[in-house]
Amino acid sequence: MNRGVGVLRSSARVLAQEPLLLAGLVLLLSICLFALVGPMLVDVGLAQVGAVAPRQRPGAEYLLGTDTQGRSVLAALVLATPQTLKIGFFAGVIGLGLGAALGLLAGYFRGRTDTVVRTCADVVMTIPGIAVLVLVATNVRSMSVLLMALIVAGLAWMNPTRTIRAQTLSMRERPYVDIARLNGMGGFELVFTEILPNLLPYIAASFVTAVTSAMLATIGLEALGLGPQNELTLGMMIFWAQSYGAILRGLWWWWSPPVAMMALIFIGLLMTSTGMDRLVNKRLRVEA
Amino acid sequence: MLVYFSRRFGMTLLVALLAITINFLIPHAMPGDPIEQQLNQMASTAGGAVGDVQAMAKAYRERFGLDQPLWRQYLNYLWDLAHLDLGYSIVNYPERVSDVILAGVPWTLALLVTATLISFAIGTLLGGLLAWPGTSRWVQALGVPVILLSAVPYFILGILLMFLFGLTVPLFPVAGGYPFGFTPGWNWESVRLMAYHAVLPASSIVLASIGTWAIAMRGMVISVRGEDYILLAEAKGLPPRRIFLAYGLRNAMLPQLTHLALTLSHVVSGAILVEVIFAYPGIGYRLYQAIHAKDYFVVQGIVLLLSLSIAFTMLLLDLVYPLIDPRIRTEKKS
Repeated sequence: MNRGVGVLRSSARVLAQEPLLLAGLVLLLSICLFALVGPMLVDVGLAQVGAVAPRQRPGAEYLLGTDTQGRSVLAALVLATPQTLKIGFFAGVIGLGLGAALGLLAGYFRGRTDTVVRTCADVVMTIPGIAVLVLVATNVRSMSVLLMALIVAGLAWMNPTRTIRAQTLSMRERPYVDIARLNGMGGFELVFTEILPNLLPYIAASFVTAVTSAMLATIGLEALGLGPQNELTLGMMIFWAQSYGAILRGLWWWWSPPVAMMALIFIGLLMTSTGMDRLVNKRLRVEA
Repeated sequence: MLVYFSRRFGMTLLVALLAITINFLIPHAMPGDPIEQQLNQMASTAGGAVGDVQAMAKAYRERFGLDQPLWRQYLNYLWDLAHLDLGYSIVNYPERVSDVILAGVPWTLALLVTATLISFAIGTLLGGLLAWPGTSRWVQALGVPVILLSAVPYFILGILLMFLFGLTVPLFPVAGGYPFGFTPGWNWESVRLMAYHAVLPASSIVLASIGTWAIAMRGMVISVRGEDYILLAEAKGLPPRRIFLAYGLRNAMLPQLTHLALTLSHVVSGAILVEVIFAYPGIGYRLYQAIHAKDYFVVQGIVLLLSLSIAFTMLLLDLVYPLIDPRIRTEKKS
């Protein structure tokens, strides 16, 4: 219990030092809160086609108006936000997991493992993600939120791989690693019990980057019309609005909520990652 | 030097071959048969009076060599590529995929290169100013919004600009690369009209990317600012503007130029969605149209172009680089 309080207190201190990180986290958490609480407060049945009168301006009855298909924009937004967050989160976790594992292996074992991993990451980085994604997505019969996350994760692992590899390379030369090695610890155990915990700040920072690139790829695919057709996500909301000409027809209340939500998510991610970067680098400077 | 070149060359070949293989394999690995699908769709729109779809699909497959074993098809694909033959558009049949691509590339290049250079110039200058002591408050205040904008994807900004300056205050056209019914040619009138149509898409790219340049440049100038030669220049009493431009900016420029070169190599794939939003007749918009028409060969061709253009411009960069930065040359020798 005491330990928990201590951790809380020290993280509060860290956050107070880095207002940008704090602001970013608060922004992201409030979006998550909206995604969690929203479906309980709003009648999500109104997000179905034909549930309400079409093309209503925002007003007392429909807070954010309705679209041409007779859906309440607010209900759609409430349904779409958690789905988009889900894609970003899962893709980020998978991408980071893969990247961290590869980076650790390459950095610790060096030699041939390193060459193979590095060449793979470099080659995949050169091939534009959107190209591979488009190819996969056009050839998949029906797209779902989970499949989307998987596909996008396939291109979110290279940056984490590079960062973690570079850090592992420098970590493995530290004295405490030598001591563990002299104590007879070896291979995987050493990587996971000695090196991995010390990489946590970098892993946290890489996670934000991975989520950002996954989200970017996701809305890219969705805006091209390759997203999940039967599920609502923010990108799909923008796509439908765009393909029904909402922008040109002046139905601003249809496209602006998903656009604003999307922008808020990205701004939150940028603030968080910049803040984390600063934090990690500050710690480095103190250590050196 | 020779080792450096041949390694870079080998890497590019590896990337290109991998891109080609992915491009070949992914459509083959997926369930479903695009040709049968397409024929079925045609049959349904033609009222079902087309006859035996199975037999037709078989005839098509023989005609295009799709009944051969996979490795033969792969070799055929490589052979066709070597002849720059990307096949035909399924939807607009006699049109070749390579023609579709060639028609789009100039638009994309013109839009993206211009937008990238403008945002590079503004962003670099702004970043330098942000890091320089004595910059006016007004400029400093610009920093935050510009950096926030850099978090937002281009096309989302495009939607906003379209709404603000295309509809609310209709200053600029919102769609297309030239007026409807106009035939672009090599004259001033065409250039003027095309530039006019490119204003909104280009501004969305510029606004969304200034921040990236500014952040990078700010970091560089801050580290340059502490150098001794800046102190010396100040001690000599040189005018502040000259110190800023010739001593500060100039020395912080090299990494920024590398970044510029890298960005330019991504120019073809850079703003697909901006083109889609503004129905701008470049590669991105054509890709979008092909995806919607299920025109698989066009999609495949454009996707391949995206990968290869990056691989080859990167190679070009690596070959030119030692000429610009002599450090690479000496490093490789030692």
